Amino acid sequence: MLLIHCPYCEQDLPELEFAYAGEAHIARPEDPSRLSDEEWRDYLFIRSNARGHHFERWRHINGCARFFNAVRETVSDRFLLTYKAGEPRPDISSLTGGTE
Amino acid sequence: MTSFRLPNRGRVDHARPISFTFDGKAYTGLAGDTLASALLANGVHLMGRSFKYHRPRGVVSAGSDEPNALMGTRRGPGRFEPNTRATVQELREGLEATSQNRWPSLAFDIGAINDRFGSLFSAGFYYKTFMWPRAFWDRVYEPVIRQAAGLGVSPTEPDADRYASRFAHTDVLVVGAGPAGLAAALAAGRSGAEVMLVDEASEPGGSLLSEPGVLIDGKGAWDWLAAALAELDRLPNVTVMPRTTAIGYYHQNLIGLAQRLTDHLAEPPEGAPRERLWRVRAREVVLAQGALEKPLVFDGNDRPGVMLAGAAQTYLSRYGVKVGDRPVVVTSHDSAWHAAFDLAEASAKPAAIVDIRPAVDAALSERAGSLGIETLLGWSPTGTSGRLRVKSLRINQLRDGRVGTARTIACDAVLMCGGWTPGLHLFSHTKGSLAWDDELKAFLPGRKSEAVHIAGAGRGLWGIASALADGAAAGARAARETGRDVQEPAHAVTADRTGTGVTAKDLPTDRNPASAKAFVDYQNDVTAKDIRLAVREGMRSIEHVKRYTTNGMATDQGKMSNVNGLMIAADALGKAPPQVGLTTFRPPYSPTTFGTFAGYHQGATFDVTRRTPIDPWAEANGAVFEPVALWRRAWYFPKLGEDMHAAVARECRATRASVGVFDASTLGKIEVVGPDAVTFMERMYTNPWAKLGVGRCRYGLLLGEDGFIRDDGVIGRLAETRFHVTTTTGGAARVLNMMEDYLQTDWPDLKVWLTSTTEQWAVVALQGPNARKLLEPFVEGLDISDAAFPHMSVAECTVAGFPARLFRISFTGELGFEVNVPARHGLALWERLWEEGRKYDICPYGTETMHVLRAEKGYIIVGQDTDGTVTPDDAGLSWAIGKKKPDFVGKRSLARPDMVAKGRKQLVGLLTDDPKAVLQEGAQIVADPNQPKPMTALGHVTSSYWSEALSRSIAMAVVADGRERDGQIVHIPMPDRTLSARVTKSTVFYDPENTRLSA
Repeated sequence: MLLIHCPYCEQDLPELEFAYAGEAHIARPEDPSRLSDEEWRDYLFIRSNARGHHFERWRHINGCARFFNAVRETVSDRFLLTYKAGEPRPDISSLTGGTE
Repeated sequence: MTSFRLPNRGRVDHARPISFTFDGKAYTGLAGDTLASALLANGVHLMGRSFKYHRPRGVVSAGSDEPNALMGTRRGPGRFEPNTRATVQELREGLEATSQNRWPSLAFDIGAINDRFGSLFSAGFYYKTFMWPRAFWDRVYEPVIRQAAGLGVSPTEPDADRYASRFAHTDVLVVGAGPAGLAAALAAGRSGAEVMLVDEASEPGGSLLSEPGVLIDGKGAWDWLAAALAELDRLPNVTVMPRTTAIGYYHQNLIGLAQRLTDHLAEPPEGAPRERLWRVRAREVVLAQGALEKPLVFDGNDRPGVMLAGAAQTYLSRYGVKVGDRPVVVTSHDSAWHAAFDLAEASAKPAAIVDIRPAVDAALSERAGSLGIETLLGWSPTGTSGRLRVKSLRINQLRDGRVGTARTIACDAVLMCGGWTPGLHLFSHTKGSLAWDDELKAFLPGRKSEAVHIAGAGRGLWGIASALADGAAAGARAARETGRDVQEPAHAVTADRTGTGVTAKDLPTDRNPASAKAFVDYQNDVTAKDIRLAVREGMRSIEHVKRYTTNGMATDQGKMSNVNGLMIAADALGKAPPQVGLTTFRPPYSPTTFGTFAGYHQGATFDVTRRTPIDPWAEANGAVFEPVALWRRAWYFPKLGEDMHAAVARECRATRASVGVFDASTLGKIEVVGPDAVTFMERMYTNPWAKLGVGRCRYGLLLGEDGFIRDDGVIGRLAETRFHVTTTTGGAARVLNMMEDYLQTDWPDLKVWLTSTTEQWAVVALQGPNARKLLEPFVEGLDISDAAFPHMSVAECTVAGFPARLFRISFTGELGFEVNVPARHGLALWERLWEEGRKYDICPYGTETMHVLRAEKGYIIVGQDTDGTVTPDDAGLSWAIGKKKPDFVGKRSLARPDMVAKGRKQLVGLLTDDPKAVLQEGAQIVADPNQPKPMTALGHVTSSYWSEALSRSIAMAVVADGRERDGQIVHIPMPDRTLSARVTKSTVFYDPENTRLSA
């Protein structure tokens, strides 16, 4: 069971309080009707499925109920960072000391 | 019967005899015994039969790694456990143990015929033998295999025991209370850090319990142990937990512990839990799991009486039991020499010490000589004899890698040692990497991924002195990491018996290797030959070898067999062991009961049961309940002598004839409030909301972004900026989650607040032609006539004196109202309406009648008539889509090519040709009943009932191009007959003009 840092509550809390919510930084298109079938398919279904650093969403559903973003290393299952929804995608090299 | 118990030896209480039975025969052991040590004390070595060949087997070890001595144990009804390890089970008065996997008896087992035909059962036997004919698998092969293979018998009665669970946090968790773990706990405990010290055994001490001769800090090992435990007991920040196995090591230093609480007690306290699962979050973990002894791999190394030398030493020192009068020791490691010396001093002088090494430390040879034990260096075991107990050991001299002449030594026990394997199971759970140590021929911990320290034999340090020193260092390091100031204790050790050894593959033989049964994995009956065969047949990865041979796949997870298997596979592959690699250990460390994992989640506390405020009335009035999501809902209200069909038919008739009352409180409710509430609703739901007047309701349809129906419900507009949204009972949490997701992340600019109000309101539905007549006298502040309050109206008012939100809606096709009052008034409102309703023969109805009445009207239930692949058009709900809206969730998907293609399954009605035949929900529908199998299914029945109003059966179904098939006959093949039915493109069976709604 992971410990997850809720960026709103500013606490490390057990995974039981959270729900996973899919890949992060996939914004709903402003006007879906302007998208081609292929573009809409990509928005709906195509995900990065990263081996390594994955930007993903979590919800503190049994807590403050806020959605937030996280960077998790999918091999080690280690969180590098969690941050509030709407904040820009962080630069990975700044988190790992520029080693990647 | 000869007793093998030695007076005044061991930690057992010689003054407290304990009676127990094994296979119905009565025996006596001592307090402090395990089941295995008590049987050995009675001269019983034969304790089981092997899995595949049914070979007679005796106990091999003295710990949780035991592969052979697995038994059924029983303590009354519902308290039977299969595969109890006799080496772990503490003896208790009246213990009943039975052997397994034998028929008719342990000594004479018909299944042992498998052993004669062993060549048929080689590696991959299942894959090769039972391929054809295909039809034989289900009827012949599988039942026969299931009958013949296996270990214990599963219990058939519900588990009568209770189980508990607990969370804990600690600074330092020490796993293993041998010398390394004790030293770590002392070092960390003295610093003031919070320490938990856990050990799987019944008492702490580990190898100290088997090594009483060692002197620590000037005391005998057992005196030092008692002093150390006393000190730990005095430290308020230290908890010592015996009988507690660390079963799994999870992320961020979360350790699962399985604590055995009552299995060792003759009379457990009433209601006491049997086991407890702990989830411990530790800042630092010290793993002091020690090392496991390896068997030697030679023909006949599984005969009863052949066991690990270290185990024999433990039985002697800890339990005062000699495993034989005339043992012989075969070894590749010094440690077995010390075991031999201990036995010699305890009147069980070994016939010989046979060491495969050509030379050993001269001190060992001298000591053996002085004790009068023959030593044979450079000899190797090549066979054993004896049917139910070993009678002799055959050995051959090794010279220049060649096997010389044989010699036979008479004996009643063979004590073997093939070296030691550091216990890295928990470390492996963390995905820490392993590093091969070529000198020790063992894997040691490599790169760490958690805040963990490995101490003592777990990292290849043999002997008590180094375990104490390394443990103290690890404990101090761990405490320092938690910010404590630590003095690292030093322990002075004398008479320590360290040693070295070599690790061998399968030992050479002068006999035909093809007929040798040199076991690697005892529990799964895997021999060295099987592993070599697997390599010959093309298995290259150790993971493939493991699965092909099942080596290491038994309940002991290969604690004894993995490294021996690896050495043999590596030899067969011509590679170095680290290049072949070790298979992965996974939790749990040792077999763990389902009860431990279930904890409190059994019976009535298996899961939450949500009850409505009206639930007590339903229960008092004889309702039969059904679970809906986590709710329990009244299903129907049978009168005396009525079955479900009769009760539902009566409830349907009464509702359509006069008035029915229904508890709709479980309906999901979400309050959508704010200046942008209407914009939010426009974006979420398919329907238009902007022009919906205050005080009006509308059926709302919610899609996923993929265009498929997710939920539905009636939504009322209470004010310009306030909507009362209802959802399906099961969908409430999902819908709120979905709304919050869009609101928080896609449209954070919208000023909207969402509140779950499901449990805030009790909802009483009155349905039927007399609903208004019944309700009207209770309503204050509102005219509920049809003109003033037409169908699909909502208003706030007072009902029976309670503040209420009154909806005029119908899920039955009748004139209907749903009264929402604060939950605390729900029962009172229901009872008032019930009393008054007697005038109108009011009838309470349950969810089944609700389903029938709605199906007669063709109203869908999301999740029953839809399945996550149904679009609004598929369900015949295109009318619910706001055509002029530029966007809503899922709109773009409705234009995708697949969503408008022909051949989609559409919701239609089905009327069976036989009006009395009620179709089965889920039944498949075909066009041609004579098509050979596999037939082409057009779709399936989603809803099907007996309609009391129509005096015939009705059904809804999803059928490919269903609306085009209006009037056609389709067929529903069932096991006993094939039914035919006519497709109707409308799903409305009753009152299609909706005249009754506006009565």
